[in-house]
Amino acid sequence: MAAPKKPGIRWHIVVFLAPAVLVYTAVMIYPLFATLRLSFYSEVDQERIWVGLQNFRTLFGDAIWSEQFWNALANNAWFFLIHMLVQNPIGIALAAILSSPRLRFSAFYRSAIFIPTILSFVIVGFAWKLILSPIWGIAPGMLDAIGLKFLYQPWLGKEEYALTTLSLVSVWQYVGIPMMLLYAALLSIPDEILEAGECDGITGMAAFWKIKLPLILPSIGIISILTFVANFNAFDLIYAAQGALAGPDFSTDILGTFMYRTFFGFQLQLGDPHMGSTIASAMFVIILIGVCIYLFGVQRRLRNYQF
Amino acid sequence: MKTKSIKGALLASTLLVATGATAQDAELIIESWRNDDLSIWQNEIIPAFEAEHPDIKVKFTPSAPAEYNAVLNSKLDAGSAGDIITCRPFDASLALYDAGHLADLSDLEGMANFSDVAKSGWSTDDGSVTYCVPMASVIHGFIYNKEAFEEVGVEVPTTEEEFFAVLEAFKEDGTYIPMAMGTNDQWEAATMGYNNIGPNYWKGEEGRTALIAGEQKLTDDGWVAPFRQLAKWGAYLGDGYEAQTYPDSQNIFTLGRAAIYPAGSWEISGFNAQALFEMGGFNPPVQNAGDTCYISDHTDIGIGMNAATDNPEAAKTFLNWVASSEFSTIFANALPGFFPLSTAPVELKDPLAQEFISWRDKCESSIRSTYQILSRGTPNLENETWNASVAVIKGDETPEDAGARLQQGLASWYAPQQ
Repeated sequence: MAAPKKPGIRWHIVVFLAPAVLVYTAVMIYPLFATLRLSFYSEVDQERIWVGLQNFRTLFGDAIWSEQFWNALANNAWFFLIHMLVQNPIGIALAAILSSPRLRFSAFYRSAIFIPTILSFVIVGFAWKLILSPIWGIAPGMLDAIGLKFLYQPWLGKEEYALTTLSLVSVWQYVGIPMMLLYAALLSIPDEILEAGECDGITGMAAFWKIKLPLILPSIGIISILTFVANFNAFDLIYAAQGALAGPDFSTDILGTFMYRTFFGFQLQLGDPHMGSTIASAMFVIILIGVCIYLFGVQRRLRNYQF
Repeated sequence: MKTKSIKGALLASTLLVATGATAQDAELIIESWRNDDLSIWQNEIIPAFEAEHPDIKVKFTPSAPAEYNAVLNSKLDAGSAGDIITCRPFDASLALYDAGHLADLSDLEGMANFSDVAKSGWSTDDGSVTYCVPMASVIHGFIYNKEAFEEVGVEVPTTEEEFFAVLEAFKEDGTYIPMAMGTNDQWEAATMGYNNIGPNYWKGEEGRTALIAGEQKLTDDGWVAPFRQLAKWGAYLGDGYEAQTYPDSQNIFTLGRAAIYPAGSWEISGFNAQALFEMGGFNPPVQNAGDTCYISDHTDIGIGMNAATDNPEAAKTFLNWVASSEFSTIFANALPGFFPLSTAPVELKDPLAQEFISWRDKCESSIRSTYQILSRGTPNLENETWNASVAVIKGDETPEDAGARLQQGLASWYAPQQ
């Protein structure tokens, strides 16, 4: 009986991995570390010098910087909260309704709800700005038609409403994503389980709460973490709708716009790549902590059901 | 034999053409934020230059105004920027010069056509080096709808009191929104509000230089008074002005729905094309009849040379031409509202532009208070002024509080104010 030949280096693995690894390194890993590195430097008299943690001390210790940072972080947290409270429950509800076999035209609804997701944020930002505009918008007219004109406010221009309004616009745009993911998860639940439940008298809403929802919990977890990462990296919608100063009075300023303004500068404010990178690094750490809490705190407790 | 000579001739001619092409065509690429002016550059300015200098080809490649600084900085750092750089005034360009991206143009012959004030926007702090050719300034004031004024029966105001009487008359009449301005985009409140009416209170250059020298503070009466006037504007700006954007305001005025538009002269060409009614202009009303009037005549556009250009000679030829009165005349008439800074006389044909430039004779000129030196630190005084002007108009902050906040921010980094 011949001894099994000792396998050599399996080159095909390296060859097949190489394209992905190289591309990922060039466009993701290298820029990430370059940004982290940049945040430890500062520019004095046209020369880049190592300053250690000084930039972070400025960001958190100097009142001018830290006030803006905490304001942006708090706004970002509110932005995320609205998504969790509005986008994901609506996504779950839509997925549950769509997966009902008795619903007609479900393919049409599915596409219609998903379409905003593939629109450019610029289109979404400008379209909603026009819809809500006090001058040309259709919102005041529509409210007037049903006798609720008194409810109308120039929402995007008022500090107390602007951020919530933009969060809801973002929810409108992205609600298709949790819907699609959960729809797929719901379809993958075998009919046998539901039928077994029916035999035990669990039907209708009870079947959703007691059988389907627990089975799609892992998907909901994944969606929550995706929402978290996307929200804390958000920038585009706010920039398209309110500009880099995130008005009124910084009430819609989130970490992304704060970072952009600092890194690239704005109007007379000159760009500061080093402080900008410092903010970017802080964002990276915040997202990393959030993801770790999820992975170690939540993901491990989710049970995987084998069918 | 014959074929051979033909081949030889062909070869020689291709060589000639090839060398001819490299020797002749220097191509200059212009970086600019004035994407509104694309057609004017392509149809009027560049053909006029190329007719005189057939060996130089010029291409105008503008980007969006809000992104220009960021885009330009990245391009310069990456070495992919054009040969000719349109210069923002003051620190943005000074930083480019300090970083070695803009060439020293002090020795350019055409520079003799400009006064020191005109060059101040693009010179080092001590004035020893000028790195951009001053191209144009913009003048602030108010544009009004002549037909609306006749209809409601009011006269052009010259004092602050008359100004508010006019606004009140329009408010009572109700046909027109008294004044078209929004606070959504923020900068109008500071640029067309605070820095438009302000020079009358801080006495133009006198107050501005005193502030830079640390002899006046932003909490002084001259600097708080403009905020007091702005606080009264809110009542006349029309429903939902909080969410009204800059293009909204422009459209409201040109559609004839508003009576007065706090303006910069750069609006003139756009408004001429859009508005179907006759427009007039008036300079910011003074406090009491007979006071000297001050206007903001702000150095706005300069043009310089990328230090890393491959065609420095061609670029200098172009810049000398920009400094000439020939360019000034084409530019000023193609873009009424951008007033040439050169000392050579230029004739303007547009009546509204003539009105604006006539204020240079009867009022004292100054530039925007926040632009020179004072917006160098963090917090940035210009951006803070946007924010404060909006807060004051909306009534979220009192004029005194706004002044105190700006002063505190400025004093936190600017030594002469400490």
